[in-house]
Order: sequence, then C-alpha cells, then structure tokens
Amino acid sequence: MTANTDHPAPAIRRAGGLAVLADTAVITRRNLKRIRRTPRLLAVSSVQPVMFVLLFRYVFGGAIHPDGTSYIDYLLPGILVTASLFGATTSVAMAADLAGGMIDRFRSLPMARAAVLAGRCTADVTRSVMVIVLVLAVGTLTGFRFHGGALPALAAVGLVLAFGFAFTWLYALVGLLVGDPETAQLAAFIPVFLLVFASSVFVPIATMPGWLQAFAKAQPVTVTVNAVRALAEGGGIAHWAWQSGCWITGFIAVFGALAIARYRAT
Amino acid sequence: MTGSDAGGTPVTVEVSGLAKSFGATRALAGVDLIAEPGRVLALLGPNGAGKTTLVRIIATLLRPDAGSARVGGLDVVADAAAVRPLIGLTGQFAAIDALLTGRENLEMVGELCQLGRAEARRRAAGLLARVSLGDAADRLARTYSGGMRRRLDLAASLIACPPVLVLDEPTTGLDPRTRAELWTMIAGLAAGGTTVLLTTQYLEEADRLAHRVVVLDHGRVAAEGTPADLKARLGGTVVELHASAPGSFDAALAAIGAVGDGAAADPDRGRISVPAPDGAATLRAVLDRLEAADAAVEDIGLRQPSLDEVFLALTGHGADAPGPAPAPRRDTSRRSRR
Repeated sequence: MTANTDHPAPAIRRAGGLAVLADTAVITRRNLKRIRRTPRLLAVSSVQPVMFVLLFRYVFGGAIHPDGTSYIDYLLPGILVTASLFGATTSVAMAADLAGGMIDRFRSLPMARAAVLAGRCTADVTRSVMVIVLVLAVGTLTGFRFHGGALPALAAVGLVLAFGFAFTWLYALVGLLVGDPETAQLAAFIPVFLLVFASSVFVPIATMPGWLQAFAKAQPVTVTVNAVRALAEGGGIAHWAWQSGCWITGFIAVFGALAIARYRAT
Repeated sequence: MTGSDAGGTPVTVEVSGLAKSFGATRALAGVDLIAEPGRVLALLGPNGAGKTTLVRIIATLLRPDAGSARVGGLDVVADAAAVRPLIGLTGQFAAIDALLTGRENLEMVGELCQLGRAEARRRAAGLLARVSLGDAADRLARTYSGGMRRRLDLAASLIACPPVLVLDEPTTGLDPRTRAELWTMIAGLAAGGTTVLLTTQYLEEADRLAHRVVVLDHGRVAAEGTPADLKARLGGTVVELHASAPGSFDAALAAIGAVGDGAAADPDRGRISVPAPDGAATLRAVLDRLEAADAAVEDIGLRQPSLDEVFLALTGHGADAPGPAPAPRRDTSRRSRR
C-alpha cells in the first residue's frame, strides 16, 4: 500500500473531556423524549409500585409487625428502592438499539464512547425520580412519614437514585449481551427479583431461615433499604450507608467497565 | 451539490489484504481495493460474499484479523477516532429513532458529530429539504414509509459533510421510484467530490451508479473493473438454453463448441448461457450448430445477463450457490426489515 499523504484537516472539533458530558446530555435528551412519547409505558410502570404499596400495606400489613415502627414506615423505603430497580428500561432499550442498528450508527460517529450508556442510565434515573415522587405521594396518603427531617429525607431519595443508577449499568450490560428486547427484559429481571424478595424490603429478615438470613443480610438491596429506612426514621445510618455505598461504587465500577467494554466490542 | 459539501478535502479509501473470520467462517479472505474521491465504487456480490463485513471494518465497527484499511491515510484500527469524522455510514437497516421526529433525528446525529447545536439545527433543516422530507420533518419517524426512513438515514450520514460515504445495500427493499431518487442523490454526492463506497446485490444498481465495480465472492475479489468491462466479459446479452433431459445437456454443450467460448454451464439446472456479442447472429450460430449435431433443447432465447450469470461466468458457481454463511452478527436474525 502506498502511503497516502493527504491527511485531511479535521473538519470538526475533536471530542475532548467535555464532549463526554455534552454527548451524554444529547443521548439523555433523546431517551427522555422516548419516555415522554410512550406515556402508556410510563403509566404502566408507575402502577406497579403503587400497587405494591397498597397491596402490602393493606393485605399483608396486618400480619407483619416490625419492631418499633408501623408497617407503612417499614415498607415504603423498600418500595422506593424496588421501584428504582423494577421500572428500569435500560436493558430493553439497549437491546432494542442494538437490534435496530442505532448502536452501529452511534459507534460510527465521532462521539464519546461512554455517552450512549451514560445517557441511557441518566434517563432511567430521571424516570425513577418521577416514580419516586408518585410512590412518596401514595405513601404519605397511606400513613408514611419521614421522621428524620428534610435533609435526611433528601439524602434517602438521593441514595435510592444512586442505587438505581448503579443497577442500570448491570441492565445495560445485560441488554448488550442478550441483544433481543424480550429476552433482555426477563434476563435482567431474574437477579433483581431474587435480590428484592430475599431482602428486608417486605418483611424483617429475622423471620427467614438461618441460611437465607446470611444471604439477605449482606446483599445490596437489604443494606440499601436499611440505610434508606434509617434516614427516614432518623436513627443511626452509618452502618448501612457505608455498606450500601460500597455496593453502589462496586456496581458502577464493575458493570460500568464491563458494559463499556461490551459496547466497544459489539 | 458542491465540492465543499465533502469538507473540501478529497479522501481515498485503501484496503489491502483485508481478512476477517467469524469462527470457522471466512468472511473476508484477503481483499484489496481503492475507492477514490468523486467516484462511486460498488461492491457487488450475493449475501454472504463479505460485503457487510468489509463495510463494517472500514466504518471502524469491526476489527480485521489481517491486512489494513486506511481512510485518508489513517488506519481504521489504530486511528479509529480520527477516521470516524471522515466517514458517513448508512447501514443495511435504517438506523433512525422511530420515536423522534425526522428533524430531531438529524439534529441529534449532528450534535453527536460535534457540530454544536446551532450548526446541527441549520444543517438538519437544509438536509431535510434536500431529501424531500421538509413537510414531514416534524412528524415522528415511526410514521414514515420505508423510502422516507431510508432518505432520513442517508441524510443522517451526510450531516457532518463527510468526505467518505459508505452505503450498505442502500436501496434493498425499496420501490423503483424511491430507488431512482436515491441513485440521483448518491450520484450527485460523488459529483461533488465525495468518495462513495456502496454495496449492492443488484447488477443494475452497480451499472447505473458505479464508476468501478468490485465483485466479491466468498470473501475474495472475483473481478474488478468498470461496469462496461464486466459486461464486456459476458458480451452483454447471452443466449440462454435449457436442456435438462438425460444426455441432452452434454450433447448440447458439445454441439455448441467454439461458439460457446466463455459459456456458463449449470448442469444442475440444465442451463447454458453463451455470451452473445453479436446478438441475434450468435443465436442463429448456436441454433445452426445444435441442429447440425441433432441436439435437442427445451428452450432457447436471447437475454440480458443476470447477476447470477455474471457470477457463474466470473466464479464458476451461481450467486445463490451455498457459500459461507453470512457474517454472523448476533443480532442479524432479530432485525426486522421495516
């Protein structure tokens, strides 16, 4: 091959550090528009956590008596965390973008590699904010109260969002690995289902058999729900918040790296 | 269209010894080609010939196992980030977001090409008019017809004014009128200085658009030249005859003798295609020889060569002969042609 010496002048400016943020913003905007334009999906995914609040509050609530607190105060932090996990659309959306050719288009553009995934996850967090507001409204109507003050309440919501954000990286990885929207939905749901039910979301862990307690005590959903609960109740939070922070950081580091590597190699 | 549309800088695509395998399947087995500014290079071949694999490597979506591809002298692997601004890619399936409007789709791609919001907006408006989507610009893309989606997809790959345009089967599945419209646009871009590399399964498309044609077969270059060169090899029209009764195929093939130089024989179908540079005179000569040898045929006539015959003549097997499976992409089977 003869050397081609006409190195063309770059027609457009090179992607720099700021370009990651700018590109992420563009992708986030795109995904938020998609969410807005599928209102039925948003409505249906909002109904589920509301149903959980009402069903558990009124059907199971009479039978479950957590120590030193009302069941709705016990339940709602768990529902907030659950809602941020169950409603996420990232796995399905990534798989659909892959199957529909959008990922090829994005990968051929002179844009930041991480932006497609980061924009996707950011949009899901924004969606979570809406669902959290709804769940808090329904919770308040059914007796839930923040007892710890405004700042801890905000911190609780922030923790729920951070936890949901961490999980979207797992969802993104699943979506890219599976590559088919329907399968991606189920594949992402299986581990989350396990983590949500084998946890302190709905019932105190003390009622479970010993072998399950060992798992339930240590896993990320339980420690995060306990941290949110402590923030809502106004108790000592350091023990749970520290563990939750570790899980969140670990999830973002591990699944973020894996998802971006997978995206590059797709 | 003007030269400044292509950024003003002519960019050549050079491919050398390119090889890529997927497991045991060799998608590309050492391909060389050059696509030049202001020219349309057509990669012609059947499914599984390696066309899409080649395009994906040039567009930095796939790494080759061996050989190199350079765009404006920049290596697509080592300098991938510098290559991407030079290339506009239109894939086999319209990569547009159905839940965005046509305008939003273009503005998004423009911003991701680092044009800035105002410039992306300005170019999107101009392009929408150019691809005749001005009236539909603010409708969601999911309401678009197949032809409109294709035109929007093409516009998206043009928004950064890339000096190289790569099109993977741009007109597959389109109606004849939309196809002709796209042909006009692509020819106009090349006339403006853009380097155009397109893949196609249609001989007619290569014939109409391409300055040079590279025929790919089982991951190798089977032939290369201008459309006129390739057709000349087949003598344009062919005499096609069918002789499927036992023994009659061989008898007919033997009878044709020297008139049948360059004939493509397909014993499985009992079909023989003879290049007919002299048209009806060749047909008469073939008929005379068949009659002299008392060889019976079921059907005989003059026809334009089909892609199948080009392949048969160039490669010794038909375009639809079982070759290596198409480049395995995890998602291929799940894509829907909409």
